[in-house]
Amino acid sequence: FELISDEGYRFDGRKPSELRRVRCNMGVFTQADGSAYIEQGNTKVLAAIYGPHEASNNMRSRVCLDKCFINCEFSQAMFSSAERKKRSRGDRKGKDMSAHIKQTFEAAVRTQLYPRSQIDIYLQVLHSDGSLYCACVNAATLALIDAGIAMKDYVCACSASLTKETSLIDINHVEELAGCAEFSAAIMPKLDQIIYSELNGRIHQDELGQLVDAVTNGCKDIFAVIDRFEVITDNTEIAVSPRSLHS
Amino acid sequence: MLKSKVIMVKTRSGKILKIVREHYLRDDIDNGLFGGKLDQHPELQNDLVSSEHFLIPDTNVVLHQMDVLEHSCIMNVIMLQTVLHEVKHRSSPVYKRIKSLCANPDKKFFVFTNEHCIDTYSARVKGESTNDMNDRLIRIAAKYYDKCLKDRNQTAVLVTNDRANCALAKKEGLDALTIEQYVKNIVGYPELLDKLAKADEAIEVDKSISYPEHLKLSQVQAGVKSGKFFQGKLGISRENYLEGKIITHGEDGKEILIQGRLNLNRAVHEDVVAVEMLPEDQWSNPSGVILDVTVQPGAEITDSEKKKSSGVPTGKVVGIIKRSWRPYCGILESFGSPEMTRHLFTPAEKRIPRIRIETRQAKTLIGQRIVVAIDSWPRFSKYPQGHFVKALGSVGDKDTENEVLLLEHDVAHEPFSQAVLNCLPPSDWSIPKEEFAVREDFRDLPICSVDPPGCTDIDDCLHHKDLGDGTVEVGVHIADVTHFIRPGTPIDNEAATRGTSVYLCDKRIDMVPELLSSNLCSLRDDGDRLAFSCIWIMKPNAEIVSTRFCKSVIRSKSSMTYAQAQMQIDDKTAKDPVTMGLRGLNKLAKILKHDRIEKGALSLSSPEVRFHVDSETHDPIDLQNKELRDTNSMVEEFMLLANCSVAKKIQQEFPECAVLRRHPEPPQSNFDVFLNAAKSRGLELNAATSRDLAVSLDRTEEPKEGIHSYISTLLRILATRCMMQAVYFCSGLESDFRHYGLAAPIYTHFTSPIRRYSDIMVHRLLAASIGADKTFSELLNKTEIQNVCKNLNFRHRMAQYAQRASVGLHTQLFFRSKVVHESGYVIFVRKNAVQVLIPKYGLEGTVFMDRDFEGNTTVNADDLKYIEDKCEITVRGVKLCVFDEVTVQISHDATNVQHQRINLKLVHPKINGISI
Repeated sequence: FELISDEGYRFDGRKPSELRRVRCNMGVFTQADGSAYIEQGNTKVLAAIYGPHEASNNMRSRVCLDKCFINCEFSQAMFSSAERKKRSRGDRKGKDMSAHIKQTFEAAVRTQLYPRSQIDIYLQVLHSDGSLYCACVNAATLALIDAGIAMKDYVCACSASLTKETSLIDINHVEELAGCAEFSAAIMPKLDQIIYSELNGRIHQDELGQLVDAVTNGCKDIFAVIDRFEVITDNTEIAVSPRSLHS
Repeated sequence: MLKSKVIMVKTRSGKILKIVREHYLRDDIDNGLFGGKLDQHPELQNDLVSSEHFLIPDTNVVLHQMDVLEHSCIMNVIMLQTVLHEVKHRSSPVYKRIKSLCANPDKKFFVFTNEHCIDTYSARVKGESTNDMNDRLIRIAAKYYDKCLKDRNQTAVLVTNDRANCALAKKEGLDALTIEQYVKNIVGYPELLDKLAKADEAIEVDKSISYPEHLKLSQVQAGVKSGKFFQGKLGISRENYLEGKIITHGEDGKEILIQGRLNLNRAVHEDVVAVEMLPEDQWSNPSGVILDVTVQPGAEITDSEKKKSSGVPTGKVVGIIKRSWRPYCGILESFGSPEMTRHLFTPAEKRIPRIRIETRQAKTLIGQRIVVAIDSWPRFSKYPQGHFVKALGSVGDKDTENEVLLLEHDVAHEPFSQAVLNCLPPSDWSIPKEEFAVREDFRDLPICSVDPPGCTDIDDCLHHKDLGDGTVEVGVHIADVTHFIRPGTPIDNEAATRGTSVYLCDKRIDMVPELLSSNLCSLRDDGDRLAFSCIWIMKPNAEIVSTRFCKSVIRSKSSMTYAQAQMQIDDKTAKDPVTMGLRGLNKLAKILKHDRIEKGALSLSSPEVRFHVDSETHDPIDLQNKELRDTNSMVEEFMLLANCSVAKKIQQEFPECAVLRRHPEPPQSNFDVFLNAAKSRGLELNAATSRDLAVSLDRTEEPKEGIHSYISTLLRILATRCMMQAVYFCSGLESDFRHYGLAAPIYTHFTSPIRRYSDIMVHRLLAASIGADKTFSELLNKTEIQNVCKNLNFRHRMAQYAQRASVGLHTQLFFRSKVVHESGYVIFVRKNAVQVLIPKYGLEGTVFMDRDFEGNTTVNADDLKYIEDKCEITVRGVKLCVFDEVTVQISHDATNVQHQRINLKLVHPKINGISI
């Protein structure tokens, strides 16, 4: 099972250091305070932001006096993977993901500007094809910007894997299945700070540096794209018509 | 540009999934024409193609005509990604071969990633099958190249075997030829035609036979699942190529006999087949009658009465699950006119049927060893169809016969590929400065190596130093091969597949290229070398105080042979540190050996001989038995100690994935014949444990009346044959670690990384455990390790067989023009023969008691009396008993060209009609 051919191409025709096509759009719902839609290849995520607002009744206990708290809910559509699967909102994978995204943004949002308030981040995966965490973070960043919430910097996330001493960035589902270690990180590109990192699988410590470099470059590429993004032209269709999502 | 690919896949549980994958199209894919492999003028000329041209083969051509593609004249080939993918799915051996062709810079095979190239991509047309789509993609790529090559007045020629595809391509204006047409019209290489695998349709029908049709794979699988058929690997009998058996899978793996051409139904030795059981009244017995005198002893002649009994489970082959055809060595049968093109080929392996081939070179090929590959076995052909691959040389020539035995034992012996050689350091490599920083410097220690004469791959060195406080420091220094062979590189993969170096009588097949094996990694006394050291602090009674391992730099003070080292030790005047060290080591080794034997280690024996080879003709001119000196066992003792220490360490550090070596205890039934033979001569042996066996074998050393003194050695030789094979394994997957022969609780191989891959793995584990090197995922994956171990075990067995075959070959060459009388000993008594061992030549053979070498019966069964319990046979009143000394005449028999052999004839005692 070769992730890279001898000619240097991955399964889908990318080179090891190339991202998938990134397309995104902001302000896709008017109901929410801020929203965004992002496609990284076939991974497609919708993000909606509510807030900052007064803490809702059931979350009173989480209110902080000197800053706001972030509430994150991650969910995955039943039709998002090849096999239709019913996922309850509270499953372990979803809870983990919510917690990770919450942590990430607690580090990036200027929470002390919004004392005693709540910010909700809702994430909905419409199609999953690997690097879910990264796409979610990138979507949430855009949605937070759309909502006008103060942040220290953009948050860009990217994943990478290692095979035959070459690092591959922006891993898709097929590459995830190949069983190599997967490293994801979120960085603030202008401040050059890593605010979140996660490693699934085992690598040797000497190889970590290489992976961090690859991921950092990947995040910077993502930043370049979402900073001046290509607007999806038929944006009114996106959120509502499942037909256009499947193509 | 992005395209998505939609595939429908059926899962194991029967669900249909829709899988969507991205497929990027690029405009920057190299087509190799500008500055790449294809940027030159192809030289191959073909009558059918008027211009300079490149070849584009399709999948079937690659799958079936590798022998043609591998010929040196076929160059400038464009391999499409589509073709490579399909080949990978259909046959992994062919895929490996084609990949190595693509990696070879001389062949100029260029891989074009056509499916991701924007100019050659095409989506699937609705309703199109995968095959049709692939064919279309290949045609599109060919058209693309045609267009690109137009300016250069060159063309791309599509080579296909598929008539329909060929016609379609022609209609689209492409140059398309079938491989047959193309090869027939190549200018200057008529021999290529012989290498052409024949297409099924071209085979003539043989009316004399019609095999039953094979069932489809799906039917076979369903049948195996339901229990109607049995699956197993076919093993053809050595005595009769029309008889074979399979051992079924499952816990109660039972044997099923398959007899006769029709029941075997075109299955070849080692194929995985599905077998249907015959009704019980058709069950039969393995045919007992052996008429061929070349038959190995051990196959006993069954009595005719036995045939009448009910018989064993018998079946017939209904389908082939997996072919395991390989190229076979053999000779062309000489009958028939050499002008004819159709010939029969007889493989050297007796279990393979004869193969029909077509060749125009019969005249030159007769009398040569050749290699032939099987292409197919159609229903109406008695023999399989094949094609000529290459000629090795004339029969009986030493180099040719060496080549044959290497090929037949699957020993990879071709020169190392360019990719492997690229991994080597430059030949003027010297130890870089940074290595001194991370290694211990042992260059001042009195390190020396002791090896057999003529050894150029020295992988171990020793030293001994008195620390002055009543303890001594002893070090074993092993060549640091893993410094040069990094995991995952081509050189590592090559070494892992070769598994071991193979030592034939007159040549060595290296596991790693010579630069490493005889220079950079060989611990010679001509400079600094990198080493992996194991250092013990020992008390004078050889008790180990501490053990440590480190990477080091050493400088051997002296490379000695066993004899030289022995002389130095014995030379009372020598007082230099090396000699003093040797004496110290020798003393400790004796204690170690004594301790080991106390624990129950066996000292067994096998007759080993060394040939003196004529320096010009390389023919063996004389031979001598290997001598054993103290120094031999001195080196051996410390190597064993190092191996044990390392085994303990890596097992401690990596309990799940250590590479260890285990020698299972043989079941008692293995000893039955051996114990019985000893008993017949009044020697009571006990084989309950290895210690019992060692002790009782030692007792036989005492002289006893009526028995010659050689009997102890004979018993040790026979005991060796009762043993099981020692094997490598991964510690996470087995619970029994014991090494029976060495009586060690845990053991591994650490001391010969130049010639064994297992040692390389052990080096890596040990280096990781002391923090000197890093781990990687394959090193810690137990299933992966077990797979490598499996291959190593296979390679070691094959290497052993090849070595034995090589000794056999040299023995034959030695006796080619001689007839010698020599004394030997009876080691087995059979119903109609005795097995004789001649220690002087390490030679063993059968002396028949009832017939001559042409197979004619000379003694009637009435005159033969065989008593199994007493291991004796009486022929015409003369009694022969096991361990008796006899005199035999040794001669070389070349009547059968393919299977030349050594004949033994009895000289003494005299028996009418038998002895000469």
